Amino acid sequence: MAIRQRLRDPATQRWLRIGVFVLLLAVAIWAPFFFAPFRVFQFSRVLIFAIAILGLGLLTGFNGQISLGHGAFFAIGAYTAAVLMVKVGWPFLLVVPVALVITFALGYGVGIPALRLHGLYLALVTLALAVVTPPILKRFSGLTGGSMGLTIPKPQPPEWTGLAADQYLYFLGLIAFIVAVVLARNLVNSRIGRAMVAIREDPLAAQTMGVNLAQVKTLTFAWSAMYAGMAGVLFTWTIGFVSPESFTIVLSIEILAALVVGGLGSIWGPLLGAIFLVFIPNISEDINQAAPGIAFGALLILAMYVFPGGIAGLARRQWGKFLMGGGDAPPGAGAVGRTDRSEAATKTTEGRPEDEPVANTGHSEEGAP
Amino acid sequence: MTKHTRKRALFALLLSLALFAAACGDTRDDDGDTGDTGATETDSPTDGGTETATDGETAAECPEPSTGITADTIKLGGTYPLSGPASAYGAIGQAVQAYFEYANGELGGAPGAFEGREFEYVIKDDGYNPPNTVEAVRELVEQEQVFALFQNLGTPPVAAVWDYVNQQEVPQPFVATGASLWGLNQEHPWTIGWQPNYVSESRVYAQYLKENHAGSTIAVLYQNDDYGQDYLNGFKSAIEGSDLEIVAEQSYETTDATLDSQMTNLAQSEADVFFNITTPSFAAKAMGFDAQSDWNPVHLLNSVSNSLTVVGAVGFEPLQGIVTALYLKDPADEQFQEDEDVQNYMEMLAEYGPDLDPNNGFAVYGWAVADSFYKLLEQTECPTREALQEAWGNLNDVEFAMALPGITMNTGSDDRFPLESMQIATLQGETWELQGDVINTREVFGPVSEAVGDG
Repeated sequence: MAIRQRLRDPATQRWLRIGVFVLLLAVAIWAPFFFAPFRVFQFSRVLIFAIAILGLGLLTGFNGQISLGHGAFFAIGAYTAAVLMVKVGWPFLLVVPVALVITFALGYGVGIPALRLHGLYLALVTLALAVVTPPILKRFSGLTGGSMGLTIPKPQPPEWTGLAADQYLYFLGLIAFIVAVVLARNLVNSRIGRAMVAIREDPLAAQTMGVNLAQVKTLTFAWSAMYAGMAGVLFTWTIGFVSPESFTIVLSIEILAALVVGGLGSIWGPLLGAIFLVFIPNISEDINQAAPGIAFGALLILAMYVFPGGIAGLARRQWGKFLMGGGDAPPGAGAVGRTDRSEAATKTTEGRPEDEPVANTGHSEEGAP
Repeated sequence: MTKHTRKRALFALLLSLALFAAACGDTRDDDGDTGDTGATETDSPTDGGTETATDGETAAECPEPSTGITADTIKLGGTYPLSGPASAYGAIGQAVQAYFEYANGELGGAPGAFEGREFEYVIKDDGYNPPNTVEAVRELVEQEQVFALFQNLGTPPVAAVWDYVNQQEVPQPFVATGASLWGLNQEHPWTIGWQPNYVSESRVYAQYLKENHAGSTIAVLYQNDDYGQDYLNGFKSAIEGSDLEIVAEQSYETTDATLDSQMTNLAQSEADVFFNITTPSFAAKAMGFDAQSDWNPVHLLNSVSNSLTVVGAVGFEPLQGIVTALYLKDPADEQFQEDEDVQNYMEMLAEYGPDLDPNNGFAVYGWAVADSFYKLLEQTECPTREALQEAWGNLNDVEFAMALPGITMNTGSDDRFPLESMQIATLQGETWELQGDVINTREVFGPVSEAVGDG
């Protein structure tokens, strides 16, 4: 009990958070030197997916807009990198800003209809985007290589690093992921972030409170698309090949499914969702070799029913329960509110005193769909 | 209240999406380690010859056996779309697996320099999704340490991995795609195709028309991608200088819902011949149009869609006489009922691949290509990757199971296309009836060149 008491203390929680983060980072840095290159490659795929999912999480989890078209932004990021590197011969790092600007602009453009469309209708518009992307990529075959795709020389690590190519790409992915997480955290905890959540909860009320609906929604869309674009660039570097077949509608759905499994409205959920996406099919294949899809789908449905808040939500809830004294405390609201407030406590340490409002919105962040 | 229902709608949508994702079949399937990955986790992936064969069978002049060859096994890996929209092709992988089990059970394992070793075959599902192919192939090469990749299926999946495969110098024989690129490109010596490429097949039709329908006009429908272009450009260069003339061309995208406008345009040309370069579902639409319209051209159906199930779905009756090109035996064909080769196939597939429909063209394909690989091993002098690559560069009239009489594998220093002959067949009743002789396109037209393939 005493331990629980102490753990409930915001300061302890903050140190705990930092400790966990440092531990995770250490594991992430150590992993590529321990595992075989093939595994490192898989980890890179996890990071790539995690960035894309994180971007969608900003849009869907925090702003409440559904996009079924993030595979398209992913594809555009990937193709921008591929075309610039192969056809124009740019060094690989230079393509990053260009790809980010392009996907941000496109996301902004697509975000405009999002002002008028809600829920299912927006989902349909973005679905259309995902569907038309592969044929468009085939159409401009002079630039994109058509259905044969483009082979991209993988970025080679500089001599001084002493890294193998897979490790180098993994670290590029890791850096991008950390930057993405930090930016997302800061965004979510900022004024804009609270406006995003307010719009999700009640657009009318948010507008009354002086939130510029149009600006926040389109910017969120653009920001989110840019994350997908960054994931696309990393994809091009890591896979070394792009073709329209790589960016079918399935990709968009996978990103959304992983987001839900990982946890909507959470910053760490996307990483868990990405791990799910890359590794669970292997497990489901062990369950049933003949139809890995069915086992995967069943796991997905199970995940939805057993932990609708995603893996991150489940973890948070269990932690909350633990803090409240095991299974005796009423689950749900009370415990959740408590942990979220502790999150708010972390925010205050970043120099933001608005404890209360964040905690309030944080409450429904938890409840996911 | 509205907020509440909105949330519910969102939840319902997401759930249905999850179901959709499941129903679509998951496209990745990366692992499925068949066991002790822990042990191999840190193995260095690329250095060959870590496994030592201690049997004294290897000829004295042979170097150490390559990676993937042990004293009693030869390990091979393949990627196929076992899930997803292209999963019909998965039957090829299953037939290949059945063949290797048959070889282990009835033929005493691998032949020639590999004698005394059983086939160990690892199949990975890539869902026809290139990044998944990259992951699966890397796993096969680095984790499973296969001797060779037999086989990868689909043009984009192969294109995604062949740089890596050639860098690692892992043999990638008999990739299951008809693109002419595999034989034309000189920078990827570790990769070779198998089936007659699309350019060669187009030449077969061109030759057939020259001999039987001289002076006719032709309307072409093709899929607007490299597959369609390969056929079309191959056809154009094959009819160059003849009295055949293309009078109408229409293309479609794989996203098109119907082919009505394309077919109407082609019908208006009143061409004598209709060349149908389409994948199965579109082929069915085009054939359906042909069956109903007043336009009655000689209908050339590309082999991609000549499965009798596709034709039968439209109806055999109105399609009598349509033309295609074949290189494998159809086990349902009356004339092969007494054929030993076909009987062996039927019996052994029933025993080793009982789940497969023996009349499925993909099963026949899988069996034939696996037997071709077996024959390739017979020609290989040492149990090494280098020897295997050398052997596939010097195939001389090598026969294989389920090949039509007169069709054999031939390669040479300037010829990296194992199969370049096909035979014309027409639809009679409910089967393809062979016409005339096998057309050897290399003899008639010379080697396929960059200019033709690239178009």
